[in-house]
Amino acid sequence: MTETIVNNIADVIGWETIRTVVGLVGVLVVVVVNALVLTWAERKVSAHMQRRIGPKEVGPFGLLQPIADTVKLLAKELLTPQNVEKPLYYLAPVIVFIPVLVSFVVIPFDARLQVKDINVGVLVILAFSSLSVLSILLAGLGSNNKYSLIGSVRSIAQNIAYEIPLLLSLLSVVLMANSLSLRDIVEAQKGVWYVFSQPIAFLIFFIASVAETNRTPFDLPEAESELVAGFHTEYSGMRFALFFLAEYTNVFIVCAMTTTFFLGGYQGPILPGIIWFFAKTYLLVFVILWFRWTFPRVRFDQLLNFSWKLLIPLSFLNLIVTGGLLKL
Amino acid sequence: MAMTNPVSIIKGAISLIIGLGVTIKAFFQPVVTCQYPREVIAISPRFRGHTKLVGDDENPDRTRCIVCGMCERSCPSGAIHKVEGEKREGEKKKVATSYILDFSTCSQCGICVEVCPTDALAFSADYNIVGYSREDCRFDLVKEYEKRKTT
Repeated sequence: MTETIVNNIADVIGWETIRTVVGLVGVLVVVVVNALVLTWAERKVSAHMQRRIGPKEVGPFGLLQPIADTVKLLAKELLTPQNVEKPLYYLAPVIVFIPVLVSFVVIPFDARLQVKDINVGVLVILAFSSLSVLSILLAGLGSNNKYSLIGSVRSIAQNIAYEIPLLLSLLSVVLMANSLSLRDIVEAQKGVWYVFSQPIAFLIFFIASVAETNRTPFDLPEAESELVAGFHTEYSGMRFALFFLAEYTNVFIVCAMTTTFFLGGYQGPILPGIIWFFAKTYLLVFVILWFRWTFPRVRFDQLLNFSWKLLIPLSFLNLIVTGGLLKL
Repeated sequence: MAMTNPVSIIKGAISLIIGLGVTIKAFFQPVVTCQYPREVIAISPRFRGHTKLVGDDENPDRTRCIVCGMCERSCPSGAIHKVEGEKREGEKKKVATSYILDFSTCSQCGICVEVCPTDALAFSADYNIVGYSREDCRFDLVKEYEKRKTT
């Protein structure tokens, strides 16, 4: 019965449309649930690393705390400061969210669970994740606040510096897999994960992606001790929540990318692929949280020197060696 | 310079790993904070709360206070008022009937405790004192003693 209904609908609007709609809804659910889980995890991990308990009042183990926070943010009045550049100020929180959603489209959660396998998936993900810097720039320019402006300018310099090693280290993976499709890259890791055959690329990619998501020790764009909150200083209520959501989703995406490119994606014994995928991803998320509560923020010259003088030459070298070895 | 020196890079990387070890160790160690409203830690015996009157050893109905007024005179903040008492039948010493402590100006310096000739004053361990007005902070220590005696 239901099958015939679905078939009839599919005849009218086409399977591709159904796939897109279902995929979009699924992606939105993953985005929201992930942000809720990550806010809780961040507070719990930080608390235990400082030997505190963390949230515990709302729900068992404080699990409902993020929901309470969300309700509070939704109910808050949207303040618009005086003399903001209105179009930019209003657009920034919306724009920050779009590339995040698009990046989800190509991530293979399981062997058959992927919204769309594009044959240039690597390019799509990199292109759209570099768009998020645009929204940070818009927020900084439009806010009419010096802290926001400084934060966004820093963010751009940082993103330009760290996008190059990110790309170069991925290139050596692409060379080995001989494909730009994410599923092909995962399938190519059936025997040996690339983290073992490309350890340097893995390290560079992970460091650069931590920098790309503006997390400690590379959180200069939102350095709270010097810039209040950086580019989102003037945002409150739901607009702030969108930035927040995008930040946590970005963390998830870079961890999902690292899992896909280096840790064999959904591959693993016994358990279904999707569990392996999420286990690996959240392990990396934990490592990023771990970094945050271990390393102090780097200075700006150290940040740029680290990328231009160390990561980029190293990733070039890695690429050349990989290419040479593959040719042999 | 340091960025391109391989020795300093390796040394730096090792120090980062050591740092990660410190935090992960702390992560698995037990929590040290006290969940205050849910649990209460034992108050140290030398804790200085507000002053309280001490009961007489032979006759617990009365306090040790003999209404000499030394505390009232020695208080640097003028926080002690109306130290009054009466002579009762069969008792050699006066019995305190009122002893107002203005806790809003008391700084728990302890001069009254030291100066008391009969050791009738001591610090209580009560830290849960709140009030909505200044008047709430003025309370009668004799009445407080009566209440303590019954419970």
